[in-house]
Amino acid sequence: MRATGQLQNLQGNHACAMGAIAAGCRFFAGYPITPSSEIAEKMSLELPKVDGIFIQMEDEIASMGAILGASMGGSKAMTATSGPGFSLKQENLGYAAGAEIPCVVVNVMRGGPSTGLPTRPAQGDIMQARWGTHGDHGVIVLAPCSVKEIYQEMIRAFWLTETLRVPVVVIYDEVIGHLVETVELPSPQSIEQAERKWASGPSAEFLPYQKTKDMVPAMARPGDGYRAHTTGLTTSESGFPTQDPGQVEAMVTRRLGKLEHHAADIASYEEIDCKDAKIILVTVGISARAAARAQQQARDKGLKVGLFRPITLWPFPVVAFRAASKKATHIIVPEMNAGQLILEIERLMSAKQTAVGINRIDGEVIDPVAILEKIEEISRA
Amino acid sequence: MTDQTSQPVKFYQTGTHTVGNRLLDDAKRTVQSSMDRSNAITSGHRACQGCGEALGARYALDAAMRATEGQLVAVNATGCLEVFTTPYPETSWQLPWLHSLFGNAPAVATGVAAALRVKGRKDVKVVAQGGDGGTTDIGFGCLSGMFERNDDVLYICYDNEAYMNTGVQRSSATPPAARTATTQAIGDAPGNVFGTGKNLPLIAMAHNIPYVATASVADLHDLEAKVTKAMAISGSRYIHIMVPCPLGWGSASDATISVARLAVESGLFPLFEAENGTLTKVNKIRRLVQVEGYLKMQKRFAHLFAKDGKDQDSIDAIQAMANHNIERFGLIDVDTTS
Repeated sequence: MRATGQLQNLQGNHACAMGAIAAGCRFFAGYPITPSSEIAEKMSLELPKVDGIFIQMEDEIASMGAILGASMGGSKAMTATSGPGFSLKQENLGYAAGAEIPCVVVNVMRGGPSTGLPTRPAQGDIMQARWGTHGDHGVIVLAPCSVKEIYQEMIRAFWLTETLRVPVVVIYDEVIGHLVETVELPSPQSIEQAERKWASGPSAEFLPYQKTKDMVPAMARPGDGYRAHTTGLTTSESGFPTQDPGQVEAMVTRRLGKLEHHAADIASYEEIDCKDAKIILVTVGISARAAARAQQQARDKGLKVGLFRPITLWPFPVVAFRAASKKATHIIVPEMNAGQLILEIERLMSAKQTAVGINRIDGEVIDPVAILEKIEEISRA
Repeated sequence: MTDQTSQPVKFYQTGTHTVGNRLLDDAKRTVQSSMDRSNAITSGHRACQGCGEALGARYALDAAMRATEGQLVAVNATGCLEVFTTPYPETSWQLPWLHSLFGNAPAVATGVAAALRVKGRKDVKVVAQGGDGGTTDIGFGCLSGMFERNDDVLYICYDNEAYMNTGVQRSSATPPAARTATTQAIGDAPGNVFGTGKNLPLIAMAHNIPYVATASVADLHDLEAKVTKAMAISGSRYIHIMVPCPLGWGSASDATISVARLAVESGLFPLFEAENGTLTKVNKIRRLVQVEGYLKMQKRFAHLFAKDGKDQDSIDAIQAMANHNIERFGLIDVDTTS
């Protein structure tokens, strides 16, 4: 690995591994799957150098289980996968959401469903990332669109998961994962390390899931002498299972409210020329790279077009989106699926606005020309 | 032209692996030598040069096809075999073939076999197959379940000792010290540091299923005979075939058979059969070799023979595994005149 602070050519998946290590990740459990295997391979090389542990597990489910164990053991932990593997991890992700276990899961998106198109890009897991596991649950999903941003978002992913005790999913498509770009990485010393809120005070009074002002319960650090009970069952504040309707409702409400309470910290987005825009492009990943070019070309032609790119995909940055799209009559949503992100846009936009999808479901990327054509078509009407 | 089949076969000819089919009686010839073979995996697939898996699967499936008179359904886990036989828009499979998922081939095969029973089609048999990753790792639970229920399926594992399809990452069948993409030759204990490779044939035997066998592409007559025998038995059957991978092992593509043979002759890969949990037959080693020659043929073990010093400890440890097999399975006749 080259020293940071100088220009280097870096692949998206390698940037993912290096961002995680810079953020303090010291445990990785994974399983080979295209197109995310390079993350595991890089981790197998780099983690031992920082006294971290890499384990290749026997399957996707075990990989996810191992990082939850490692996280409960007090280490910053992550796994990485793609399509089918992401499906297999869903029950464990629900466990992480329910028991509030910090963890980062990277999903490099390929064509689906099932084995689908293992080597082709897609953005078909946008809704799965939000709703993949059963039951009411909160999850944070980050969607970087460049090699540098993957590095940055991995650092933010660990920050969010460690401080909020919410599972964080980082999703990007195969193109971004295998893209090699010239980047300058910050020095590891300049990266602030997230610290979990550890339990303090007398152990007799410790409640593992106590409702606090910031909605984040303190966690018992292994070895600190606390008796902690963790379970996949719904619990009361004591951590013990309950079926008491009042306690159950309070627990589910707090876990969901945690995300609402920290919405401003979680939200992240990029906004280009939205103020006066009649047409707003909303998109993520490689589609956002094409959209940025189309947006620039449209402006060159004098068309009032803006780009709103959610970097935090879930919870969707509602406030920012509504503010950015105030003057817009049309919202174009380019995405490499049959129409997923557009559902959220339709939910959020005003009655006067129209949402238009540009969809590709053939394993190819959306090019700027297709987006520009749609912009011009709408502008003429 | 002389009738070559009538030519008496001399001992030195049958005693070698290179004996030509034309020297044997018709009944003893391989399925592959027959013009009527099914070509279950036909030509035009995209396997690498020297692929052991393509060879093993071809012999195994054609033998199974002959044994069932072509009434065979194959279920195939995700992996090299699935990918290289089905490049869009083609297929090499000349039989009904289901690609399942990575981890569920035994369960899908169980379902197919159950449906055939429901439909009263006793004549149609089911084969499930996968690589070592799909068998010893992600599909292990489903496979154990299939064994425990004694479902009427022959499961064939083509073992090339790593995940080759995704770029040579380790599996639980990867031998110690081997370099893979996730067990690099770095640090104090270079290469794969875990275990000695999961011994699935022995695990299969522990389920007391009717038939378990190991086979190698180094002895294709033996491989075919075992598949044929398995197809005559009902219930769960398991055959574990060693198939060298020139790409993943870093062996020469024209050395696939030699490297597979050294694995057998060193004792690292014992050939045996077991019925209902009991060992019934062992292929004796004819000419014992040390593991070093086997290891040297493969770049995945190159770090053990580095210029700045040989890793004798690792080599000894692998030799000890071979010795253990020799003793455990009785691979050598101790009763010699010497």
